[in-house]
Amino acid sequence: MSLLQVAGLVKRFGGLVATDGVELSVEPGELHAVIGPNGAGKTTLINQLSGELTPDAGTITFEGRDVTALPVYQRALAGFSRSYQITSVFPEFSALQNVMMAAQAHAGHSFAFWQPVAGETALIDVAQAALAQVGLADRAQVPVAALAHGEHRQLEIAMTLATKPKLLLLDEPMAGMGGHESEAMIALLSGLKGRYGIILVEHDMDAVFALADRISVLVYGRVIACDVPKAIRANAEVREAYLGDEAMAA
Amino acid sequence: MAERALLRSPQAWAAVALLGLLGLVPLYAQVFEQPFYITLFARILIFAIAALGLHLILGYGAMVSFGHALYIGIGAYAVGILSYHGVTSGWAHLFAGLVVGAVAATIVGWVCLRTSGMAFIMITLAFAQMFYFLAVSLKLYGGDDGLTIAARSDFGWVNLANNTVFYYVIFTVLVLLLLAVRRVVESRFGMVLRGCKSNERRMQALGFSTVRYKLVAYVISALVCVIAGILLANLTKFASPSFMQWQASGDLIVMIVLGGMGTLIGPVAGAAALLLLEEVLSGWTQHWMVILGPLIVVIVITSNRGIFGVLAALGAARSTKRAAGHAGVRAR
Repeated sequence: MSLLQVAGLVKRFGGLVATDGVELSVEPGELHAVIGPNGAGKTTLINQLSGELTPDAGTITFEGRDVTALPVYQRALAGFSRSYQITSVFPEFSALQNVMMAAQAHAGHSFAFWQPVAGETALIDVAQAALAQVGLADRAQVPVAALAHGEHRQLEIAMTLATKPKLLLLDEPMAGMGGHESEAMIALLSGLKGRYGIILVEHDMDAVFALADRISVLVYGRVIACDVPKAIRANAEVREAYLGDEAMAA
Repeated sequence: MAERALLRSPQAWAAVALLGLLGLVPLYAQVFEQPFYITLFARILIFAIAALGLHLILGYGAMVSFGHALYIGIGAYAVGILSYHGVTSGWAHLFAGLVVGAVAATIVGWVCLRTSGMAFIMITLAFAQMFYFLAVSLKLYGGDDGLTIAARSDFGWVNLANNTVFYYVIFTVLVLLLLAVRRVVESRFGMVLRGCKSNERRMQALGFSTVRYKLVAYVISALVCVIAGILLANLTKFASPSFMQWQASGDLIVMIVLGGMGTLIGPVAGAAALLLLEEVLSGWTQHWMVILGPLIVVIVITSNRGIFGVLAALGAARSTKRAAGHAGVRAR
């Protein structure tokens, strides 16, 4: 059974068909990359998977269960965990508090009014482990506003990891990163590979071809090809629609 | 360590000093034979309680309710109506006020929280106006004129008829609520509330059913205002629709902004500042609002985080300096 099965997904914005009958599956432990030119509907697709947008047609099946109508927070509790293209964290809090918030969402209810969160060692342990995993262990106490851009991206990943995820939806985790930071992120993602199902939306072709088990190519809301990286590289239609010659040469 | 840092912050000292001064008011009134001060400052404390209640959702949850006077009204009418029918027990007043307040807040909050931002402000105002006109239409209970209350609520051996006793009851309620709020904002629930203020979309993506938490926060905040209303009716021996006028809701917001949003003691400082200014200026001239309005603007602009926000910023700057030295120590 696939971890995630998307069938016939359609999303229209007025006259624009942003998602046009998308079929997609993610096997347990698979890293499935979604690539495509700007405006191809990649983030729209992620938003429908995470529940922030409701599709006009089609179904999303997660572990054999139809989750198409589930609200965002219930999908998160079911095991979806996303990161945002534009960093979306809690700037008022420290890195540790940000990740603890993520852990708290998946550690029972939060109708607890008296015990200080700062004393909940179980949450702190989960958060510290997630921070260590992304390489931010020694930045735990730093206010998020004081972190560098690359560290924000790492923090995003740490927050997704602290939510006991089964499926990671990573929306351009390398957006705006320098060469050195990108390399660190690729290393981090390859460490996560195999442990979670991952959908990776990314423009960095080196990263995509190095990491992906399969690649889906999205153009004008349609999946024009879905295959292993080698076959995608050789696909004439993809080459014409999207990939430049320099990507082929790489 | 957090405790000690708190004691060293200028904000904490100012808070303790302010509460200390407020606690000494009856003594001052006695020595200078000015019993009027007890009434004036009792009123300040009561509005500080109401502002504290509203601040829970406004300051920590970014829910700008422009209708919280509604709950002051519910508290006041709980005392008024029950007293009118001969029920003088304070516990009955408290129970009735809290139950009616909880039911009303749950329904109103449930509807209002479908919206956010400007729509939330407007819809909370609309609900408060509905209850205002409901109170006006209650001819049996005085309608427009309000309802006089024969005697203060009867809490057994705590004799509220004595002004000094009553003052210290209000003072105690305020201090207990301050301690409770301080505790709650650091709890799981408080973190969820503050997270919603910071980035609600992210909270949902993390797995929080944010509306549920916000609704509970709204109800708690309303109930604090109900308590303020019960105390206000006891102070004035009067319950009136004017308690729930939109101006009263606006005053609460002004108090919070004036005192400093997101600071624990800000609402208390704001309530004291606003009501004292009102008192002093209205003694000078009939057109005191002409002075008060610009004065509020000046205070808010020059210290954009309110009276206590300035102190908080000062304390934060110092503690960051210290935190740099202690990085990592608090991790465990």
